[in-house]
Amino acid sequence: MRHVISVLVQDHPRVLSRITGLFARRGFNLESLAVGTTHVPGLSRISLVVSGDDHTLEQVEKQLNRLIEVLKVTDHSEPHVERELCLVKVHVAGVEERLAVKDIQEAFRARVVDVAQKSLILELTGDSKKIDSFIEALRPYGILEVMRTGAVAMSRGERTLKVREKREAV
Amino acid sequence: MKGAEALLKALEREGVEVIFGHPGGAIMPTYDALYDSPIRHILVRHEQGGVHAATAYARASGRVGVVMATSGPGALNLVTGLADAYMDSTPVVAITGNVPRALIGTDAFQEADVTGVTMPITKHNYLVQEVNDIPRVVREAFHIASSGRPGPVLIDLPKDVQLSEFTGTFDVELDLPGYKPTTKGHPKQIERALDALEKAERPILMVGGGAQHAHGELLAFAERTGIPVITTLMGLGAFPGNHPLWLGMPGMHGTVAANRAIHHADVILAIGLRFDDRVTGKVSRFAPHAHTIIHVDIDPAEIGKLVRTHIPIVGDARSVLREMLKGAKPLRLASWWRELEEWRTRYPLRWKPKPYLQSQEVIKAFAEATGGHAIVTTGVGQHQMFAAQFFAVTRPRSFITSGGLGTMGVGLPFAIGAKVARPEELVIDFDGDGSFQMTLQELATVVKYKLDVKVVILNNGYLGMVRQWQDLFHAKRYSEVYLADSNPDFARLAEAYGIKGVRVERKEDLMEGVEAVLSADGPVVAEFKVYHEEGVFPMIPAGGAAEDMILEHPADKEEVEA
Repeated sequence: MRHVISVLVQDHPRVLSRITGLFARRGFNLESLAVGTTHVPGLSRISLVVSGDDHTLEQVEKQLNRLIEVLKVTDHSEPHVERELCLVKVHVAGVEERLAVKDIQEAFRARVVDVAQKSLILELTGDSKKIDSFIEALRPYGILEVMRTGAVAMSRGERTLKVREKREAV
Repeated sequence: MKGAEALLKALEREGVEVIFGHPGGAIMPTYDALYDSPIRHILVRHEQGGVHAATAYARASGRVGVVMATSGPGALNLVTGLADAYMDSTPVVAITGNVPRALIGTDAFQEADVTGVTMPITKHNYLVQEVNDIPRVVREAFHIASSGRPGPVLIDLPKDVQLSEFTGTFDVELDLPGYKPTTKGHPKQIERALDALEKAERPILMVGGGAQHAHGELLAFAERTGIPVITTLMGLGAFPGNHPLWLGMPGMHGTVAANRAIHHADVILAIGLRFDDRVTGKVSRFAPHAHTIIHVDIDPAEIGKLVRTHIPIVGDARSVLREMLKGAKPLRLASWWRELEEWRTRYPLRWKPKPYLQSQEVIKAFAEATGGHAIVTTGVGQHQMFAAQFFAVTRPRSFITSGGLGTMGVGLPFAIGAKVARPEELVIDFDGDGSFQMTLQELATVVKYKLDVKVVILNNGYLGMVRQWQDLFHAKRYSEVYLADSNPDFARLAEAYGIKGVRVERKEDLMEGVEAVLSADGPVVAEFKVYHEEGVFPMIPAGGAAEDMILEHPADKEEVEA
């Protein structure tokens, strides 16, 4: 099963390497990874998309918690918002194709962020499934390249990734 | 004050008395500072010897072992030892030099990405970029290494950081917001555990290396409840090997009584162990009758990792056992003990006598001559298992072996580390001819520091454990295991170092040999030429279960039946 996990870390050098190394070493399946700074200086937040059974996910969470620089791990099973950003460069040879692509763009509420003679770059934000469908819809027109950020997630409501909530560290 | 001096001062403040190490270019500023430091340095002949010695120092003393090496090759020679310490949860702090900061990443002379390489085999590591960070990094390293589930921590210090002027303070706070080990077990879970044990008909207590420091509480708990105790290889000594409640070691080369007890147990209380495959065999067939497994471990990630756990207790073994003692009651286990006694009497550890000198009798002779009162270290292989089986240590921190990683060659450096930690103790390294030759250069360290260690080489002329598997599982195709044609004369080798050498070749000379080793004033290397076709039994083949136990070599069995 697919899980989105948020990890709050100290933004020390190599912390990302510790996390990816852990996944490689333990044979966990990492589908995507997104990382960025937070509003708190010194803390970064990582979103991981992981697939595996319950036992594997329990281990993922526990092994992440063992890392000294990991402050908090949350598996987003509760209501949460998930978003991914994607840039797609599509080949558009003629006016007809350009119009067809524009239809798709509007249907998905994507934005055109670059226009060239024979190509367009479209930007779409949404959950990963929506991005999958968007790419599939554009595929017949000739996709030149795709860049996805990987999913980022946040719990709905008051719940936050609080530092002091970290338990079970070793 | 330079960074190097600040480092040594910080180490002093952590109570460090000894560093095992080997100098080299990138760590020279620290060695220069060491010249004026009260910290004792043990110069080893290979960095691997240093890290193993530091590991044994930690295991024998309960304190943090410290090893130091230079950049690149020096640091990389620590890798095996760090992995060994990590697998066996041993508190070690490794300090390595690195090339100056400006050269990092340029493939400079003797440069290697040591923090990168050691990331998966250390509990944590640091590359110090700023000289004033040294005191905080050292404090954190010692705290991380020795608290929670202990493990090795590496501090990589670029040469120019060692040479920079230190202007910081030593009164530093730990800055580890993500590191808060749980040491106190959950009271509700402890209550549930006691309840399950009280209702149990066939309970057992399984104990691992995580309970070495909880030996007093463990003994009290076992004696109060009367539950039989099984100690893993790493747990040997945590419970006295001469105690009537002790069933021996479980697993691949464990006793029949221990393995049968696990097989038939209804409630298992496992403390400070991680259900290694050498203990469980095939996990799906492990303890099939246990309706309740209680797992006490300080590392939450170990709970439920391999074996289904019904009552998880995250906490320190000592603290949890103390709490459990409060509610522990004597249990009525007479019929369970009748069964256990029968297995124990019917299937003691034994060997089939041959007309040649045998490893088991050599170890047994030492055990009897010393009354089990020694610190035993071992290499890895048949001799290690024989030592575990026939030298039943009675005190904690006295059986120092490579459990998780199975590192050949640890015996001699482990003996060195143990002797430095506890000089008043008799230290015996039971080694194999294969294992010993992997680190024998440390005989020079033995000489240099006049360390009275007794090295007992059980020389069967083979890589015996590999040979045993080839014998049993590879149709006797003895691929690349023969050593006898090229082994040195170990006694003469010892003498070349100025160490007393002893050689025993015949069965009838055994006692004289044991006496020669134990009565010698100073270090000894004794070679006992033992029967080369010996196998370690009982044996549960890899991936098997308790029911698949082989009690003796198939060839011996036929002889008996004929």
